[in-house]
Amino acid sequence: MRGLCVIQIKNLTKYYGKHLALNSVDLEVEQGEVFGFIGPNGAGKTTTLRILLGLLRKDAGEVSLLGGDPWRDAVALHRRLAYVPGDVNLWPHLSGGEVIDLLARLRGGFDQSRRDELVKRFELDPTKQCRTYSKGNRQKVALIAALVSDVELFILDEPTSGLDPLMEAIFRECVGEFKRAGKTVLLSSQILAEVEALCDRISIIKEGKIVETGTLTELRHLTRTSVSVETGQPITGLSELPGVHNLSIDGARAQFNVDADAINSVLRCLVQFDVRALTCTPPTLEDLFLRYYKLQPRGSTP
Amino acid sequence: MKMKGFTGTGALIRLILRRDRFLLLACVVLPALLAVTEAATFNHLYPTAALRQVIASEFASSPAEVALLGPIYAPTIGGLTAWRWSMFNALLVGLGSLLFVIRHTRTEEEAGQFELLGSTVVGHNAALSASMIVTIGADLMIGALVTCGLIGVGLPITGSVALGLSAAAIGWTFAAVAGVAAQLTESAGAAKGIAIVVLGLSYLLRAIGDMNEHGGMYWLSRLSPIGWMSLIRPFADERWWIFVLFISLVIVLTVAAFAISSRRDMGAGILRPRPGPAAASPRLRSPLALAWRLHRGTLLAWTAGFAVYGAMSGGFAKTASDQLAGNLQLKNLLAQMGGSSRLSDGFLTLFLTLFCQVAAIYAVMAALQMQTEEMEARLDPVLATSVSRLWWATSYVLLAAVGTAIVLAAFSLPAGLAYGLSIGNVGYELPRVLAAAMAYLPAILVMVGIAVALYGLMPRFTFVSWGAVLGIVLLELLGKILQVNQSTLNISPFTHVPNVLVGEVSVMPLIWLAVVAFALTVIGLVGLRRRSIG
Repeated sequence: MRGLCVIQIKNLTKYYGKHLALNSVDLEVEQGEVFGFIGPNGAGKTTTLRILLGLLRKDAGEVSLLGGDPWRDAVALHRRLAYVPGDVNLWPHLSGGEVIDLLARLRGGFDQSRRDELVKRFELDPTKQCRTYSKGNRQKVALIAALVSDVELFILDEPTSGLDPLMEAIFRECVGEFKRAGKTVLLSSQILAEVEALCDRISIIKEGKIVETGTLTELRHLTRTSVSVETGQPITGLSELPGVHNLSIDGARAQFNVDADAINSVLRCLVQFDVRALTCTPPTLEDLFLRYYKLQPRGSTP
Repeated sequence: MKMKGFTGTGALIRLILRRDRFLLLACVVLPALLAVTEAATFNHLYPTAALRQVIASEFASSPAEVALLGPIYAPTIGGLTAWRWSMFNALLVGLGSLLFVIRHTRTEEEAGQFELLGSTVVGHNAALSASMIVTIGADLMIGALVTCGLIGVGLPITGSVALGLSAAAIGWTFAAVAGVAAQLTESAGAAKGIAIVVLGLSYLLRAIGDMNEHGGMYWLSRLSPIGWMSLIRPFADERWWIFVLFISLVIVLTVAAFAISSRRDMGAGILRPRPGPAAASPRLRSPLALAWRLHRGTLLAWTAGFAVYGAMSGGFAKTASDQLAGNLQLKNLLAQMGGSSRLSDGFLTLFLTLFCQVAAIYAVMAALQMQTEEMEARLDPVLATSVSRLWWATSYVLLAAVGTAIVLAAFSLPAGLAYGLSIGNVGYELPRVLAAAMAYLPAILVMVGIAVALYGLMPRFTFVSWGAVLGIVLLELLGKILQVNQSTLNISPFTHVPNVLVGEVSVMPLIWLAVVAFALTVIGLVGLRRRSIG
């Protein structure tokens, strides 16, 4: 069932001078889902999020956030969302506790017991001045300041960068709690394991363009299983089969990638050559990611 | 001390020179320019030995002058130049040197830039030694340029060398003080604070000592490096052995700095930072409260500084006018500037204009704190809450306006009080001086308006507002001397401020200035609402 759209972006385009930062981006995030937004540095993740927050002007396209216009209705909309910036910069002479309270109050107030609980869970010392915090601790301050708010939508720009694995686990717990409470989370990330663990749906952005969107299962379906096989007789005819890629044959050994819908026909072909050993590796998000970012030469379509 | 701690010093020196070449150039040239200008001014104003004798004894008999600038040792052009130049430049060179050392040691360390450098082949003492070497070299350049400049305008070589070296010695001393301070605290701000307090105390000890030269407390100035500087007596039977004192002190401090630097951890200090509050005060809940929290320390410092100089100026106006009553030339000059027949009013007007220009610097700086917040990316999280851009920016403008009013009051209240006390009519003088200062508020707010308009419309060009402040200062200082025509003078908002001290009371110009300031601010705020952030 498709729910209500919390975020709806159509044909969003943004230039920085002459540089095309976003090239007609489409994105839809539904109520109650955890949506992963992945892509390497400079792909346009932060630009998209900052347009959603009404910090940047768009050049073209339509953006709707919680039913409003993020530029025009910024103040009213921001009461209903919380944001963690990608680069956390805090006021050097304020303590972590002060920053948490200030940001949460500016958003519209917070629950004191929830705040104390989060400070304890993330093991933050709130009395230290922000300039003395490490990167991870600054990240914790920004995270707590966002997570403490009782809002409908969380926009998190690489929220776990600099956190240790323990704190990352606590962050995942928090996101799980939000999900059960029916809240929506837009999570930009580079940590694919985190996205795999948390997200219902994913969009991959590359050079300002969304290249793939779907659930992890759907995306896996799109990509290829890598197969390594050893046979009794030399393999022939494999290269003619549709859906076989990057084939390398070394006598009775072969390695190749195969499209999901071609697996059956490939197996049928292999059986003729007396299969001795067979390894199939299902695609991970990482394969998917690398496929878009490394193996594909610029400009070509997958 | 192991030599390997210094690996990479050469590379860091090149890096510092590359990064700060223009800053260094400006700082090195300025003291020499001031020295040459002052020598030329004395030459021009007091061409005869008799006139110089008179002026020297008049200045020397004023406690305020002696407190501010120290004693005069010789009524010659050299002696007068050394007197007029030394104390101000001691502060200038001392401050520049200490800030420069901390900039390239603790500031970088606090920002975490050494983590990167420290993991390469750069020793843990390299930053300290590189910044000290560059600073000591720059101070030596200052000394050399001052010496050459003064010899160039025809002053005796020995005295010129002594004066130039005395400035270099002050620079070295405070570079070394900063070297130690940078080891003590984890924060660059606190390290600067420590070093500046040492500089301020040195100046204060000297001031008290010099005022009591024939009393019981003369020895206080002997404890202060700035006191030593004037004891060198350039152009008046120089005492070269004082330099031994300087060099010994510099060596002791430098060894101490390196000893601490070799033993401490990267990023750590000797003094532990104080913990802050675990929760925000209930008042910290609006952009205005945040802006106030970020700005209050700065405002306090400016208020204190203006109050001290206000009291000094007020107290000095009467003394100076009494003593200069005989000097027709100076009287005419001041009367021209103040437009008043009362000499003390002329002095007060002079001080007031000067300090209102400094207040304009404060005001523009306070308003442009907005831009710092945006550039340091601290604005994003605030605007991502339900704070509107308008409300956020208005907080800073409001604070700049109120802060300027406070700073003007901080100057004019003690000035009016001291002046009133000195002529025995506080009830009349205090409100008059206060009103005269407050009359500058709308003109200063025009400068704030220019800064806000630029920030809202063209944030890359906010530096133009500093150009505007500089232009106005130059027009005020040189306009009448260079006989700039009135229509050019009228560009400056300061030209339209009525001189309340001489009885000009016209409200219309103030209203017009306020309207212009308001309009510029509105333009800036509208521009900010329409542009992208960051």
